[in-house]
Amino acid sequence: MSASTTAPGAPEVYFDPVRQAHRRKRARRDALVGMASLLGFVLVVGFAISRTSGWPLVQETFFNGSEFIATFPGLLDAFLLNVRIFLIAEPLILLIGLLVALSRDLRSPLLLPLRVLATLYVDIFRGVPTILVIFLLGFGVPALQLQGVPNNAVFWGTAALVLSYGAYVAEVFRAGIGSVHSSQRMAARSLGLTSLQTSRYVVLPQAVRNVVPPLLNDFISLQKDTALVSVLGPIEILRQAQIDASSTFNYTAYVGAALIFIALTIPMTRFADWVQARMRRRRTMAGAA
Amino acid sequence: MTETLLEIAGVWKAFDGHSVLRGLDLSVARHEAVVLIGASGSGKSTLLRCINGLETVDAGCILLDGDLDVTAFNTDMDAVRRRIGIVFQSYNLFPHMSVLDNVTLSPRKVLKRGSSESRDQAMALLQRFGLAAKADEYPDRLSGGQAQRVAIVRALAMEPELMLFDEITSALDPLLVGEVLDTVRELKMGGLTLIMATHEMGFAREVADRVCFLDAGVVLEQGTPEAVFGSPREGKTREFLSRILK
Repeated sequence: MSASTTAPGAPEVYFDPVRQAHRRKRARRDALVGMASLLGFVLVVGFAISRTSGWPLVQETFFNGSEFIATFPGLLDAFLLNVRIFLIAEPLILLIGLLVALSRDLRSPLLLPLRVLATLYVDIFRGVPTILVIFLLGFGVPALQLQGVPNNAVFWGTAALVLSYGAYVAEVFRAGIGSVHSSQRMAARSLGLTSLQTSRYVVLPQAVRNVVPPLLNDFISLQKDTALVSVLGPIEILRQAQIDASSTFNYTAYVGAALIFIALTIPMTRFADWVQARMRRRRTMAGAA
Repeated sequence: MTETLLEIAGVWKAFDGHSVLRGLDLSVARHEAVVLIGASGSGKSTLLRCINGLETVDAGCILLDGDLDVTAFNTDMDAVRRRIGIVFQSYNLFPHMSVLDNVTLSPRKVLKRGSSESRDQAMALLQRFGLAAKADEYPDRLSGGQAQRVAIVRALAMEPELMLFDEITSALDPLLVGEVLDTVRELKMGGLTLIMATHEMGFAREVADRVCFLDAGVVLEQGTPEAVFGSPREGKTREFLSRILK
């Protein structure tokens, strides 16, 4: 903070009118040029595509209006299952991620088994493709014919997503814990707080705040990956689109499904961007103080 | 008669095979203000960190109040830190909490005080140091001087018997040093025992009951400010003072 003072009678801010007019004019010109350039690009690309010999067929099989109207309500209906999988999986992922991240940083020798287990879990589930985990759990566990274990495809598909994403989210949380400067822990300990209290009240709240943007990113990814559960057979949106496509030999339902995903993920992406920008601003302010 | 609060005997501490403290002895009486001076790397910060157990010593012992051995293997360090406060060069306020929450956190969690009781105590302290208006602000809205004064209040809220200040004005804009030093001056007048590592020689001369010059991990020379600043016995002390007072 500088103790700058202005002369009495001088305005708070002063902007040379000529300079201001010039800046405004340049901004207007930049906006016009940008719009024209974008419009030209879209026209050229659209024209080029429509001139290709295959275009009429593509238009008929992927962008068929009546087919779109016929399949869209069914897709929306099926999408509810994706939404349900997402809503059940996400809180569980956050919980597992946090617990695993905390277990991996344990220092007590007595709790070494927990630390080893957590490390193994992350290594394995980060290393195996999500779709493979879904196959293995979805077909493997019901085949064991265990008593009292559900053999429902949605259950195991969701469980596979939780296990796979839990490993990623655990690493995100761990990075967040690592991003809190060690001087914070030192300050808390010097005030007499125990190690546990320090984690609970000082380190974790800051760590979680730091990883909100990457976590939102993983949420977006999970929304899309609910479609992977289709390989086990339940009629979620991708499965429904496959059924529509194979009964009419028209692929418009896939485009409809893509639009539904986009309608959900784009607002989420913008929200993540907004959160990230806000946090960057706050951090810059904190740095200046 | 003066009663000893802290007795440091033969403390050694090395980092990566390089000894920072080499059998350092120092005793501090209750209500005494001891100022540590010396070049960077002479062991001032390390000594302060050893006193409240943020660093473990390699050899020697540190006795608080004649009975609590900070350096013993089975000492409950949380109990030690409840009795010894420390303030760092880089304030280290908790950025996700308001000023008031920063101050009341450990009274509530460590001393198990009620929230209204700890709140009243914190507000009284903030009031005393001219920070009451900042109680609901977050640390990123404070100037460096305000942040450091809040850090001092936060340590005071634990009602420590001994306060350690580790170059608390070194990170501050020169214009803001004064308000922090005023705070320390007031604590000294209130009778708090304090050990302060600093490069502010003028302040050391004014506030210290005793000045200790640290060199190569030992207290090379100590005495009243008049003695150490006025007529230093050791060549190294003279050399250090002439460089820093230039």
